[in-house]
Amino acid sequence: MNSSSNLINALFIFVLAGFIGFEVIRRVSPLLHTPLMSLTNALDAIAVVGAIVLVGEHKSTLSAVFGFIAVVAATSNIVGGFLITDRMLKMFKPSRPAAKSSTESVTK
Amino acid sequence: MAPDLAGGQIVIELVYLVASVLFILSLKWMSSPTTARHGIWAGEIGMLLAISGTLLRHGIIDYRLIAIAIVLGVIIGVPLGEVAMTAVPQRTALSHAFGALCVTLVGSAEFYLRSPNISRFMMSVLSLEVILGGLTVTGSLMAAGKLQEILPQRPLTYKGQNLVNFLLLAGALAIAVTLVLHPDSKSLFPFMILIALTFGVLLIIPIGGADMPTVISLLNGYAGLSAAAMGFVLDSKLLIIAGALDGSSGLILSIIMSKAMNRSFTNVLFGAFGQVQTSAAAGEETRPVRSATAEEAAAILSSANRVVIVPGYGMAVAQAQHKVRELYDALTKRGVDVRFAIHPVAGRMPGHMNVLLAEANIPYDRLIEMDDINGDFPQTDVALVIGANDVTNPAARSDASSPIYGMPILDVDKAHTVMVIKRSMNPGFAGIDNPLYYLDNTLMLFGDAKAFVGSIVRELTGGHS
Repeated sequence: MNSSSNLINALFIFVLAGFIGFEVIRRVSPLLHTPLMSLTNALDAIAVVGAIVLVGEHKSTLSAVFGFIAVVAATSNIVGGFLITDRMLKMFKPSRPAAKSSTESVTK
Repeated sequence: MAPDLAGGQIVIELVYLVASVLFILSLKWMSSPTTARHGIWAGEIGMLLAISGTLLRHGIIDYRLIAIAIVLGVIIGVPLGEVAMTAVPQRTALSHAFGALCVTLVGSAEFYLRSPNISRFMMSVLSLEVILGGLTVTGSLMAAGKLQEILPQRPLTYKGQNLVNFLLLAGALAIAVTLVLHPDSKSLFPFMILIALTFGVLLIIPIGGADMPTVISLLNGYAGLSAAAMGFVLDSKLLIIAGALDGSSGLILSIIMSKAMNRSFTNVLFGAFGQVQTSAAAGEETRPVRSATAEEAAAILSSANRVVIVPGYGMAVAQAQHKVRELYDALTKRGVDVRFAIHPVAGRMPGHMNVLLAEANIPYDRLIEMDDINGDFPQTDVALVIGANDVTNPAARSDASSPIYGMPILDVDKAHTVMVIKRSMNPGFAGIDNPLYYLDNTLMLFGDAKAFVGSIVRELTGGHS
């Protein structure tokens, strides 16, 4: 299924992405650790692509059912995760009195 | 070598590449509150691209079922995005459970589709995926239950707990090894999942509320790693990248949290946290403390130049953050410099206090991290502790016999006057006595945090100007 060169490629990607993650996350302000967690949670729900394929290809009843539940779970994480992260970040305001209007629309 | 990709396939892979870049940018922009909201947009666009790309894939025939599942997910997701800020820790735990559920289900489905044609490496990664995923599902549900107070928050320990956990994990690994060698043993697979699910429950049973920030971060890391493993199984580079980012985020946060509690990282990794500290300091209740009324507290605060407020979980429980904002406004109006000292593990998840105070409209540049504010306490006129206990306990610095000895704390005792709002003299959550309360420069303000801060505000605004 997966040739060994594919596997090595995947390992390279994993290790390098881990390093990028480490360097990027280290610089996140502790102020924003809660929204960081809800954001990574939403991004992690990209696992939905694997679930979509399972449902879409419908290779067996079991795989379609499992895939269906997985799509529901992941989608709720995507929607809920982005929504709440956005709500939280909107609350963080600097000292200088409101320069921007508060009429920004809510993201989907 | 991989077979040459068809034209459409290349486009989809390129879309995934763009999505990966957007995900990394999304996290990069979280470095500061001024750019953080761009981060959300980058993340959303990346997500939209990736999902659209996937829907274009050759071989997808059943769009109706996908659509129904997505609609259902939106219906569940929207309320989860609109919970109150005080409920964010349990919401986060719940979403870790959902993420891990998705990964575990996809992993299981892939096993049954592919068995027995699974290479040894693939089976190892698949086992890792479902074991990590499974224990994160139940572990996160337990954590959410404890945070929502559906389950008892008290840590539950029994003799041989670590041995039982270790044996369970060993059992799951033994099944994994068997499956790697004999990928046709389909009947063993459910047992591996079952053990992982049980392990997740047992892992969280001994965890108390004060350890939640570490545990939530750790579960976040596990969820990310299991997603990365799923990326290996599906040969999806995008998923490997997203999983690696989420995994490193969770692991970094757990390291920060464990440092802030003076626990070694290995101690945290192997779930040895949450050992109940037997409260050593009994029988010292008779030591005298000085207390003050709201009127006296208001007088001291209004004559101060520099005030540092130290919020803790108690503030969240009492829902006092909006009253605290009124206090901040009243004092600032009188020319008092008011700042907030944030301990990394104050609250129930990383950054918990910052979110609550930001919700109450306190500007984020007034929220100061522990390391940046500790040097300022000697020049602080009043340190006002609201619902925080262990993170201000000077025994962590001086008393080697204290269970929290060595934990970095906020040096509130160095302020000229310390005021502590507390319901009674009962020791805090961890059951550790706090010598801070008996110091000469400490005034105890007995009462509910919200009510007491409210009466200080009334004194400040009504009494004088």
